[in-house]
Amino acid sequence: MKKLEVIIKSFKLDDVKEGLSAIGIKGLTVSEVKGFGRQRGHKEIYRGAEYQVDFVPKIKLEVVMETELVNEAVKVILDKATTGQIGDGKIFILPVDEVIRIRTGEKGKNAI
Amino acid sequence: MNAGDTVFVLLSAALVMFMTPGLALFYGGLVRNKNVLGTIMQSFILLGLITLEWVMIGYSMSFGPDIGGIIGNLDWFALSGVGMEPSESYGTTIPHLAFMIFQCMFAIITPALITGAFAERIKFSAFILFSLLWAILVYNPLCHWAWGGGWMGKMGALDFAGGTVVHISSGAAAFIAALVTGKRKGFGITQYIPHNLPMAITGAALLWFGWFGFNAGSALSCSGLAANAFVVTHISASAAALAWVSAEWIHSGKPTTLGAASGAVAGLVAITPACGYVGPVSAIIIGLVAGALCFCGVMLKSRFGYDDSLDVVGIHGLGGIWGALATGLFASVAINPAGANGLFFGNPGQLWIQFISVIGTIAFSFFMTFIILKVVDLIIGLRVSIEDEERGLDISLHNETGYN
Repeated sequence: MKKLEVIIKSFKLDDVKEGLSAIGIKGLTVSEVKGFGRQRGHKEIYRGAEYQVDFVPKIKLEVVMETELVNEAVKVILDKATTGQIGDGKIFILPVDEVIRIRTGEKGKNAI
Repeated sequence: MNAGDTVFVLLSAALVMFMTPGLALFYGGLVRNKNVLGTIMQSFILLGLITLEWVMIGYSMSFGPDIGGIIGNLDWFALSGVGMEPSESYGTTIPHLAFMIFQCMFAIITPALITGAFAERIKFSAFILFSLLWAILVYNPLCHWAWGGGWMGKMGALDFAGGTVVHISSGAAAFIAALVTGKRKGFGITQYIPHNLPMAITGAALLWFGWFGFNAGSALSCSGLAANAFVVTHISASAAALAWVSAEWIHSGKPTTLGAASGAVAGLVAITPACGYVGPVSAIIIGLVAGALCFCGVMLKSRFGYDDSLDVVGIHGLGGIWGALATGLFASVAINPAGANGLFFGNPGQLWIQFISVIGTIAFSFFMTFIILKVVDLIIGLRVSIEDEERGLDISLHNETGYN
């Protein structure tokens, strides 16, 4: 099993969620996060004074899946979340040791 | 006594009262969230403090029997002799008390305007003492000079609703206050981004609304002159909002809500001394220039490197100076026979008189504000500790936080 941590532009969330649902992903977790990458924040101007804002708001998805699904999921995310502009985000793929559904105590694949 | 005039002035007084909480929201939205309550408090508490000062001695010092064109005497201490009958000299168709309370609201908002200059760093106790001394030693004399039978009014200076008394005086004081108080911790490194612009815009809207009482109410009668003041006030605010937004759109590439609000306030400031003497077309010009000029003034601030946190100098100081001079340019006896003609209506001398009143107000406010601040610094100390400044005024001075 793998976990994908995906940073995307906020307005791409719906597209990515639908794309992932379509290939059989049954659940994911979403957070509003802030950070910077090569885009290096953005500029804000108040009464003519410029402020460099280092951390840009993004959406972070966390989704756990069977290893076989990973390639397809990555393809969907690349397809749905790309604008071609800087700041499109990143995908991190991590190994997952175990998954347990709290209500039933089920483990592994069945608990995803 | 005239019932219509009385209703009008009392309601105008209520409108002007509402400007001080409006200013509190305007300023409160522009500071960081840890200082929102401290900033709001600095306006709100003046409704309490200055009202008592005004009732006890302020009104008498400002409008009481004249001593040598400089100050009123204390014959009207604690409103003695100020009653339900009209006064002999002010607003002769309304109860003297109505005129007194209308003027009281002006006395309250003027020191509140200054608070934008030392926002986010001054002790509450020092602020209270400063405001009280400033009201007594700066506002009351200036008010007397312009409106209470003092030398400025006698000289023929035109100030319909408080361009010199309220805006130039507070703008000049703000400049000194920013210099004497010093910069906020981390000035030049820390980003002082406004924490709640919708709150600031709401405050600016309340100011605009209240300003109708401020300017039209200054006619002290339910009359054509009041309607003129109301109309040109609205026109100038509108023109200035457009001018500021246009200037920043050209300069920085984006039109901003804070720019629209700041521009409107600049236009309101500029029309204040002129509103009883100029017509609608003049008001458009006054507003357009005010918006563009104050934008430039605020932009230039960073060159000088002083920390006038909320741009009191750039908006009230500069806007007030422009308004006072513009009155000397655009005033016309066709609008108000009790006024005078300005330069553009064949009387260049009026511009000179306006200039003298501007210089007199700035010099007096500079000098007195400096002395008052030094005295308060000596007795109490102006600044909160670095630690308290870092934690924010809300929790360190008031034991509250704005957002939980």
